[in-house]
Amino acid sequence: MLEDLLFQLELGLPQVVLGLVNGAFYALLSLGLAVIFGMLNVINFAHGAQFMMGAFVAWMLLNYGGIGYWPALILAPLIVGAFGVVLERTMISRLYKLDHLYGLLLTFGMALIIEGLFRNEFGSSGMPYSPPEILSGPPIDLGFMFLPKYRLWVVVAALVMSLTTWLVIEKTRLGAYLRAATENAALVQAFGVNVPRMVTLTYAAGVALAAFAGVLAAPIYSVNPQMGSSLIIVVFAVVVIGGMGSILGSVVTGFGLGLVEGLTKVVYPEASSTVIFVIMAIVLLARPAGLFGRA
Amino acid sequence: MPQAEPLLKVEGLQAWYGESHVLHGVGIEVRQGEVVTLLGRNGAGKTTTLRAIMGLVAKRQGSVRFEGQELIGARSDRIARAGIALCPEERGIFASLDVTENLLLPPVVRPGGMDIEAIYTLFPNLKERARSPGTKLSGGEQQMLAIARILRTGAPLLMLDEPTEGLAPVIVQQIGRTIREIKARGITVLLVEQNFRFAQTVADRHYVMEHGQVVDAVSNQELAGSMDRLHAYLGV
Repeated sequence: MLEDLLFQLELGLPQVVLGLVNGAFYALLSLGLAVIFGMLNVINFAHGAQFMMGAFVAWMLLNYGGIGYWPALILAPLIVGAFGVVLERTMISRLYKLDHLYGLLLTFGMALIIEGLFRNEFGSSGMPYSPPEILSGPPIDLGFMFLPKYRLWVVVAALVMSLTTWLVIEKTRLGAYLRAATENAALVQAFGVNVPRMVTLTYAAGVALAAFAGVLAAPIYSVNPQMGSSLIIVVFAVVVIGGMGSILGSVVTGFGLGLVEGLTKVVYPEASSTVIFVIMAIVLLARPAGLFGRA
Repeated sequence: MPQAEPLLKVEGLQAWYGESHVLHGVGIEVRQGEVVTLLGRNGAGKTTTLRAIMGLVAKRQGSVRFEGQELIGARSDRIARAGIALCPEERGIFASLDVTENLLLPPVVRPGGMDIEAIYTLFPNLKERARSPGTKLSGGEQQMLAIARILRTGAPLLMLDEPTEGLAPVIVQQIGRTIREIKARGITVLLVEQNFRFAQTVADRHYVMEHGQVVDAVSNQELAGSMDRLHAYLGV
């Protein structure tokens, strides 16, 4: 019985590793959501659309401008981040004094509009985007499986980006401003910090993280207008499980749930698309603030 | 000799919390280097006066001139940059920041503030607990931290809101020494106090507030002769 299970696990190990790749996207996206929620108290439902925009901007840079993957990895987050600045300044900033629900409704509406515009322009069939040459060669032999180089890169890039974000927030002066403003924005502003500008830039940074994930995703998933909305529902479950607003929580839970999903594909494939939601229900019942959340 | 314009001149200051009208034309002056207190009962409008000067109430009218500059329409971050620093009644120590981070949080607005070594000399406890989360300190230490962090900014006017509230007598004495040290450095202090005895050990002048207005002003020298009047106001 046990041997049987071990054998099955060994066969399934590739699924688990691929789960880690999904986890990388969960982590990056929930990280951006956590950064935004912590500072703005807004649940950014447009996050999936901004992820999709990152992929599309990379695609457009390549097809209209001849600009390749590596510059796009920097440029696309900057461009989509700038779009985030406009959204925050013109619309979202008007809602801070109201209930969370209004921010959620506004960003949800924006997500639908953005997706609709892209579908109108590009159709919904999806467009290919090739990984850069250096990452497209023969897959790496891990002993138990062959892992495409690009997928390994995705995991590494997501880990580095998550770690960097965590370090900036926990260990720098800027991060101290962010943490303090999350607790008491009025007082931080009364010390002479331009909090409204900081809020705008935080939103832009969260949006840029989503776009970064979008560029990473472009060579794996086809670039299509729905790519964000199918992912974002899972990501919201990840955020709820990790604890709203917790940076560390979103990273650990993102990778962890990617793994769990992969494992479930091995043990009981039928449940792999629902396991995260089952975990979410259990966590909500046992620890409503999430695994890493402060109640 | 004509009197130079005071460092802070507040005239006809009105403030609202939502619908309720809290300040009804407050007028005070604080001259360079003075320690001035706002005395008064709970709910007289002392804290609101400080918050209104700092730009922390949603709606305010009148005039707040600091170093000759009108600040009534300014946002709180610009008021802070102009050189006014607030130590709020609830102290406002951040739980997610350690003591050092709390101390370094307010940006320096002017040269000449205390450096971190001078602050640690004045408050040795803070040095010992540099890595503790801000809210793990005792009430007295948190108050020290709240005062220390605005000393770093170089702001020429410090507004302290009930720094002695709820603290043991020995800590109150330490805060008294701190305020005298601040004054000796030429920094101006506007102090809100309920503790009348404490106020008279540190202040040059006192304003008495009632129902959102200043109803009396006494210098510290006149204090002894005005005791009956003050007792009537303060109900002590």
